[in-house]
Amino acid sequence: MKKLSKEVWVFVEQHAGKPAEVSFELLSKGRKLADKLSGTLKAVVIGHNVQAIAKDTFSYGAKEVLLADHPDLKDYKTLPYSRIVSDLVSRHQPRIVLYGATFVGRDLAPRVASFTRSGLTADCTDLQIADVTYLRKDYPALLLQIRPAFGGNVIATIITPDVPVQMATVREGVMEKVATEPSSEGKITDIPYIPDEMAAVINIIERYHEESKVNLKAAPIIVAGGYGIGSKDNFSLLHELADLIGGEVAGSRAAVDAGFIPPNRQVGQTGVTVRPKLYIACGISGAIQHRAGMKNAKKIIAINIDHDAPIFDVCHYGIVGDAMEVVPMFMEAYRHKLK
Amino acid sequence: MSYNSIVLVKQVPDTANLSGEVMRKDGTMNRAKLPAIFNPEDKVALEVALQVKDKYGGKVKVITMGPPKASDVLRECLYMGADETFLVSDRKFAGADTQATSYVISQAIRKVGDYDLVFAGRQAIDGDTAQVGPQTAEKLGIPQITYAEEIVDLRDGRITVKRRIDGGHEVLESPLPVLITVIKSAATPRSFKAKRAMAMKNARSLPELDRITESNSLRNIEDLKEEYTSNNLYIPTYMVDDLDVDPDRCGLAGSPTKVHKVEYVVLEGGEHENFEPTKEGIGHLVDKLMHDHIFG
Repeated sequence: MKKLSKEVWVFVEQHAGKPAEVSFELLSKGRKLADKLSGTLKAVVIGHNVQAIAKDTFSYGAKEVLLADHPDLKDYKTLPYSRIVSDLVSRHQPRIVLYGATFVGRDLAPRVASFTRSGLTADCTDLQIADVTYLRKDYPALLLQIRPAFGGNVIATIITPDVPVQMATVREGVMEKVATEPSSEGKITDIPYIPDEMAAVINIIERYHEESKVNLKAAPIIVAGGYGIGSKDNFSLLHELADLIGGEVAGSRAAVDAGFIPPNRQVGQTGVTVRPKLYIACGISGAIQHRAGMKNAKKIIAINIDHDAPIFDVCHYGIVGDAMEVVPMFMEAYRHKLK
Repeated sequence: MSYNSIVLVKQVPDTANLSGEVMRKDGTMNRAKLPAIFNPEDKVALEVALQVKDKYGGKVKVITMGPPKASDVLRECLYMGADETFLVSDRKFAGADTQATSYVISQAIRKVGDYDLVFAGRQAIDGDTAQVGPQTAEKLGIPQITYAEEIVDLRDGRITVKRRIDGGHEVLESPLPVLITVIKSAATPRSFKAKRAMAMKNARSLPELDRITESNSLRNIEDLKEEYTSNNLYIPTYMVDDLDVDPDRCGLAGSPTKVHKVEYVVLEGGEHENFEPTKEGIGHLVDKLMHDHIFG
């Protein structure tokens, strides 16, 4: 077998010249993985006038940036971006490639994995390096791609044993962003980009950003509701509580699917990962995907009528009761103590 | 000008509605209690394709890959108004990851042929990977538009689509053919047409006809297939030999990713402090939180 690479690559995403947080989180994780492999961390940066972003990656441990900088590459477009990354991956066969599980990453990564016939695992909640024996064959230093699966009833460890490139996507907030101390140096390698016919087949006619006012990641307190809250109307009680104690309202996936709360407020594996000071889970049973997104909160209060609900296994304070009755009592007690 | 669509659908376990019955106390799963449903966003994809057909004309064909039981969702597609459905089913396709799945599906699309648009749901609720759509587009060598929310325009062989992006939307224009994955807000699936449901409820795929011959030795599969085909009730079924596929790229063998380990989620039964759902109990809790300086 051909000697395998020891390189870990991170695709660094940018919007209008601003790098995505998740890319630095992945660089921080990628650095640890590269250390385990005794290999090198590299960043792939694509855009226009994005030298500054390329340099930023050095502070998170990148030793080299593969930089494709061209006016046509200013905004993300599937075909030119995937062609660049696919070409680079085909040529260099890095051992690991990580992408943010964002709209861009989830559009790009599968296309690149398909072209290069690499393995790709979506929405990993943990990544590790380990020696693995699979079907009686030994594979040194494989990437363990760990994610909840099958409706969150199981935690699956996925491996990519027989192909040279292992790819994974990770949601924002799952990995921790840690700058290197002292900041390290790296080099920038320019990747020439020559537009081809395919690059121009899809035109962006317009693009607009609705500035998201929701920032769950920054909220010190989160009041979250699940399917057990019962209706969109009932959710107003949670808004009231959040307003009172200075928090944001969030929901489980079941609550989002039921239309009780918009998707940008979903906490969990396929939503946002949060680490607030206080997380109040109301009527949330606590499926593993949800717990993956909130278990690192400093204090967790669980309110649920089912005393067997798994949410009670991750909470610090539990109340077995109907959230619709408990929340008003909580607000009253809070107001009373403030006096 | 009319446009032909191929829609990719999947039958999935209903992971969104997990009841206590499904999960056993020891953390294992009672799969028999897990109902199989039409993946919700794939149903939206079919609706979008049917709307294209209503507006511009053309045919809507549906492909699913899965076990024989997946024929159920194909019948639902027929009830909703799909012109033709195809079951891709073979033991050699089993255990496929998204790479092997998209390979077989792209070859099935080539076989069905004659398409302007390929639609699929953004992702299936059992894996949530959102990978099969883009990987199928790449293998067909066509562009893709993911997270589509609205078809804004379709004319002169070009389509204009509004899609979600991080923190906003963008409007893209693409030539045809193109593969489009849709999100839930793109359309509300129509209900079954009673007349079509009556007409198509006896539609059967090859493995289902096989089962009939197994229980009735007087029936022979070729005759049965002919009978169903002449009544327009045969669901064409592609097995490994029917498609131009390299068996080494199908199923578990053709999947670069493998499941190394599956751990049932065993609840740790972590320590926590209980408070009564009474004025007094909750008062104690609020005291505690204030004491810990959780607020403000």
